[in-house]
Amino acid sequence: MEKTQNNRAWFLVLPVLVLVAFSAVIPLMTVVNYSVNDTFGNNEFFWAGLDWFDEAVHSDRIHGALLRQAMFSVIILAIEVPLGIFVALNMPKKGFWSSFCLVVMALPLLIPFNVVGTIWQIFGRGDIGLLGHTLAAIGIDYNYTSDPFDAWATVVVMDVWHWTSLVALLAYAGLQSIPQAYYQAARIDQASRWAVFRYIELPKMKGVLLIAVLLRFMDSFMIYTEPFVVTGGGPGNSTTFLSIDLVKMAVGQFDLGPAAAFSIMYFLVILLVSWVFYTVMTNLDRQEAK
Amino acid sequence: MAQITLKNLAHSYLPNPKGEQDYALKEMDHVWQDGGAYALLGSSGCGKTTLLNIISGLLRPSHGRVLFGDRDVTDAATAERNIAQVFQFPVVYDTMTVRDNLAFPLRNRGQDAAYIKRRVDQIAKMIGMEAMLSRKAQGLTADAKQKISLGRGMVREDVNAILFDEPLTVIDPHMKWELRTQLKQLHREFGHTMIYVTHDQTEALTFADKVVVMYDGRVVQLGTPEELFETPAHTFVGYFIGSPGMNFLDARVSGTHAMLVSGAGVDLGDDHGTPSGRVQIGIRPEHAVLTEGQGLPVTIRRVEDVGRHRILRAELEGQPFNIVQPEGQPVPALPRVAFVPGKINVYADDWRVAPQGRAA
Repeated sequence: MEKTQNNRAWFLVLPVLVLVAFSAVIPLMTVVNYSVNDTFGNNEFFWAGLDWFDEAVHSDRIHGALLRQAMFSVIILAIEVPLGIFVALNMPKKGFWSSFCLVVMALPLLIPFNVVGTIWQIFGRGDIGLLGHTLAAIGIDYNYTSDPFDAWATVVVMDVWHWTSLVALLAYAGLQSIPQAYYQAARIDQASRWAVFRYIELPKMKGVLLIAVLLRFMDSFMIYTEPFVVTGGGPGNSTTFLSIDLVKMAVGQFDLGPAAAFSIMYFLVILLVSWVFYTVMTNLDRQEAK
Repeated sequence: MAQITLKNLAHSYLPNPKGEQDYALKEMDHVWQDGGAYALLGSSGCGKTTLLNIISGLLRPSHGRVLFGDRDVTDAATAERNIAQVFQFPVVYDTMTVRDNLAFPLRNRGQDAAYIKRRVDQIAKMIGMEAMLSRKAQGLTADAKQKISLGRGMVREDVNAILFDEPLTVIDPHMKWELRTQLKQLHREFGHTMIYVTHDQTEALTFADKVVVMYDGRVVQLGTPEELFETPAHTFVGYFIGSPGMNFLDARVSGTHAMLVSGAGVDLGDDHGTPSGRVQIGIRPEHAVLTEGQGLPVTIRRVEDVGRHRILRAELEGQPFNIVQPEGQPVPALPRVAFVPGKINVYADDWRVAPQGRAA
C-alpha cells in the first residue's frame, strides 16, 4: 500500500507541545534560571554560576535529609512489597469476596494525602486519638511529637497503610494473569507451596512488581504532605525528608537560588535511581531469556 | 502402578445439576487395566479432559468414586496420587533451565542427585534436547517447550499412570511421529498405564492397544482399533473412525432383510430381528463395491484421488454416500453399488443392534 506523506500532520502535535511547554518545560527552565542566579530583592539577579550547586553538595542539612529520605524509602519498600505480595496471595480469586476485597483495598488509595495525614495525626494523639490513647492505656510510652522513633514509626505505618494496597492490587493483577494450567502442572509435579510461589507466581509477577517498586520508590522519595501534616518534619529534623526540607528552604526561608539548585539535583537523583532500577531489572529479564 | 477403576462416576460443573444435559460426564463404570495403553478419542467438548482431570485429581468428581488398585483416591490430592499429566499447551517453568525443568518432579520427591542426573539425561536424549539442557526454558519455541512438558511427564518411573491431554497439538508433523513412536516404546519398556487423549484418530489408532471413544459425556465404545472399524457400537463411532466415516441409510429391518426408504431391498447377511426406533444401516465406504449389473443405482458427484485408493463422493437415495474404490478400477458408465454381506451394521436410535446367533 502507498503511504501518503503529509508533513502538515505535524501541526496536530502542536497543542500537546504547547501544553507540555507551559506545564513542564517553562517552569523547569525558570528553576534552572534561579539555580544559577542570586538576588537581593527588587527582582534584580546576579549570575552565581554553580555556587548554589556547590553549596548544596556540601550541605550537611541536605545530606541529613537525603539520608533520612533514603532510609524512609528503603524501609517502606522492604515492608510494602513483601506485605503487598502476601496480601495478594491470600485474596480470594473470584466471586463476591474478591470484588469486596478489591474495593476495600482501593479505599486508602482514594483518600487525599492531607486527609491521610490528618487521620493519622488525630489517630496517634494521646488525648483523643484511638491509637495514642490505647497505647497509653496499656502502658506504652508513645508520643510522635516528641520522640523521634515514635514519629518515624507513625510515618512509616501511615505510608504502609496508605500504599500497601497499590502493591497488593498490582500483584493481584499479576497473579490473575497466570493460566490455571501452571498450577495444575505444579500439582502434578508435586511442587510445594513455596516452589509454586518461587517458580510460577514470582516470575509471572515480576513485570508488575517492577512497576510497583518503581512507583513506590518515586512516590516515597517525593513524599511531602502526609509527614508534613503529622509531624511537620519533627521532632527537630528527625522526619524532615527532602521535599519538606526543600519547601522550608524555598517558601519558608525564601532562598530561591539554593532551593532551585537543590530541586534540580533532587529531580536528577530520582531520575537516576529510577533509571538504574529499570535497567537492572529489565537486564535481569533479558539474561534469563538467554 | 495400579489398575484404575471409575465407579458410578459422573461429573457436573454446575452446583445443582437438574437433568442429564447438565452433566459434562454422564454416569459411567470403567476399568483401566494396569499397564494398558489407551487412547481416549472424541470430538472437542465431549468430556475427555474432564475425565482426565478427575483421574489425576485436579478435579473432584461430583458423583462416584475413583480407585487406584483397591485404594479409594476420590478425595486424595493430586500429589498423593503420584500421577503424571501432560497438557495440551506447554507448561514450563520459565526461570529454570531445561535440566531443572526435567528434574523438578524428581527433586520434589526428594530423589538423590546421581539418580536425577542419570534419569534427566536419559529423558533429554529421548526428547532430543540434550544440547539445550543448560538453557533457560524461557524463549524456547512452543514445540521445544512441549517436549519439555512431555519429558517432565515421563521422568518419574514410579507413577501410577501417565495421562496425555492432546500433547502433540503444537508439535510439527515430523516430530509428532517421532514422539509418538517414543511414547509407544516407553510404554513397552516400562509398562506404565497410559491414557492418551486426542481427537485425531490416526494418533489414537497408532498409539493405543485399546481405544475408548467418548461422545457427549459418555463412553460409547471401548475396543481395539479393528473392533471400532468393523463393528462401531454407536453411529458416532462409525462416523468418527475411518476416513471418510461410515455411511448411514434409513431403513426398515426385519430378519436378514433391510428395506430402504425408496423400497429397495438390501441383504444383510445376518439376522438382526426387528429393531424399533430410528433404524439405520451403516456401511463402511471400504465395504461398498461399485458394480455394473447388480446393486442400487448411485450417482457419482466427485472423485478424489488420495493415492492408493480413490474416494467417490456419491449420492444414494438422495443422500450423500461415500465409496472407497481400490486403485486402477474404472468407474462404470451406469454405476451401481453393492454391499459386502456380513459387513453391514444395523443401528436403532444410534446404538448398534448385534446380529442374532453371532457374538457382537
